Amino acid sequence: MEKLLHDLVLSPEWYFTAARGLTLILIVMTLAGYSVLLERKASAWIQGRIGPNRTIHPLIGWIPFVGTFLAKGGFIQPAADGGKFLFKEDALPGHVRKFYYVLAPIIALAPALAVLVMLPFGEFLYEGKRYAISLTQGADVGVLFMFAISSLGVYGIALAGWSANSKFPFLGAVRGAAQLISYELAMGLSVLTVFLATSAPGQDHGLSLVAMVNAQSGAWNILTQPIAALVFLICVFAETNRHPFDMPESETDLVGGFHTEYGAFKFGIFFVAEYSHMIIGSTLFILMFLGGWHVLPWMPTVGEGWIGSLIGVATFFFKLCFFLFFFVWVRWTLPRFRYDQVMRIGWRVLLPIAVLNLLAYFAWYAIRG
Amino acid sequence: MAIKVVERRPLTLAERTYLPQILAGLKVTWDNMVRPSVTLQYPEERPTIPKNYRGVPTLVMDPNGREKCVSCQLCEFVCPPKAIRITPGEISENATNAHVEKAPKEFEINMLRCIYCGLCQEVCPEEAIFLQSQYSLTGLTRESMVNNKVKLYELGGTLPDGHHKWDKKKEEAEKQAGGGH
Ligand code: SF4
Ligand code: SF4
Repeated sequence: MEKLLHDLVLSPEWYFTAARGLTLILIVMTLAGYSVLLERKASAWIQGRIGPNRTIHPLIGWIPFVGTFLAKGGFIQPAADGGKFLFKEDALPGHVRKFYYVLAPIIALAPALAVLVMLPFGEFLYEGKRYAISLTQGADVGVLFMFAISSLGVYGIALAGWSANSKFPFLGAVRGAAQLISYELAMGLSVLTVFLATSAPGQDHGLSLVAMVNAQSGAWNILTQPIAALVFLICVFAETNRHPFDMPESETDLVGGFHTEYGAFKFGIFFVAEYSHMIIGSTLFILMFLGGWHVLPWMPTVGEGWIGSLIGVATFFFKLCFFLFFFVWVRWTLPRFRYDQVMRIGWRVLLPIAVLNLLAYFAWYAIRG
Repeated sequence: MAIKVVERRPLTLAERTYLPQILAGLKVTWDNMVRPSVTLQYPEERPTIPKNYRGVPTLVMDPNGREKCVSCQLCEFVCPPKAIRITPGEISENATNAHVEKAPKEFEINMLRCIYCGLCQEVCPEEAIFLQSQYSLTGLTRESMVNNKVKLYELGGTLPDGHHKWDKKKEEAEKQAGGGH
């Protein structure tokens, strides 16, 4: 079993590579699809509705109990939605800059996928060595890569807004770019304090995420660094353009924001990109503050060997699901901030807090020696 | 009169961080989420229609199963979108309701025009037209959306009626003819 895990994650054989690629597509697409379902279901529950509960394939619908369960839970809905996006007429408005208009969704999605393959979500032991489970190996490139690449997603938004050649997408794109820049700073600074704590002299991992998770086998970072965690959390909401920071979209004042002019599958790709960013943001938060695949604070693993690894991965996915739910929960709770408020929170509140927090930790480590 | 000055206290620090408010909001939505939903699964579950609901206009019969409409055409004239079209007709000599003056030969309500205002019901001197509880009327052609007389009586059915206006009139007429008083 350990050998199989090892081969699955590390082997350079083509069939294992193919399996990894397939897993990536399956996991990302299903996760993005089912986040949409979660969004619709949770919003329905919050508003006293039921949510999608009828979509079913006739063949599956005949199976007793399972069919009803799948229909009531809306589990086929993402497939139906995806299919609809796929088969809709792919209209190309006459006034857009065509090349960039088509390019934009791709640019929005590609960085998200590139980051997703790098994220570690578990760990296993093989011949006395620990390896991280992620979809591409040798990928323990650290958090700088994640930040660098995942922020590129905003180019997709900017390009979409500009190429659509109309005012609402343009405003949305400008807002998206401004917001990203404003919150990246506070985000980076809050992450810095965490690295200050975990990559103390004597540890050789630098900015690695795996090392960061392992440093949390005792207390989780959210307990030792609550302020950094809070700042990071707010920044994650802002960076993923989720409520209450969904400036680039803000349906009420910008129609649909940057994707106003998009439809059919190109819009679907923006959708997947948005949810992929949610998954990335949640994953980073879980890895850096919520102990990654550790089950509870001061309780790193349950079980030995590959069972322990599996429980770790399951724990991680449980946390991820909770986080995705949290995103949705917040979205249907808070009203959207005004654009100037978003800027004020970013520059005049979060940034100073992050700087002060960092300075305080500097001082603390200096005094402790 | 004593003036009460409303105190406008500045926001506390906790309020200005906005975080307690967010937590309170999250609790509100959470409470809503665990509450049972209020959705009515429409085609399977039907709403209960309140008594004075204004549904599709229908023609009703009196307790003797005779048509009440006397084809006075008041409803046709009052109908704001001109949805009603009545062709007045005679009542044959040997019908049971021969004492009634007139009856409609044809009575059509175009449901593509009707706005469910209820004026026809209000204006009818015979209480012959009622907007009842039928709320979902669909059709595949324009023609099928025009309710003719047969359809209207089918939808309307019989309504209890204590007046028996025409029966009384007939009795009185017979008495007078028989030299009563
Ligand atoms: S309800 Fe109003 S619109 Fe409809 S037939 Fe009667 S008077 Fe005309
Ligand atoms: S339904 Fe009433 S108002 Fe209309 S023609 Fe008949 S008696 Fe007159």
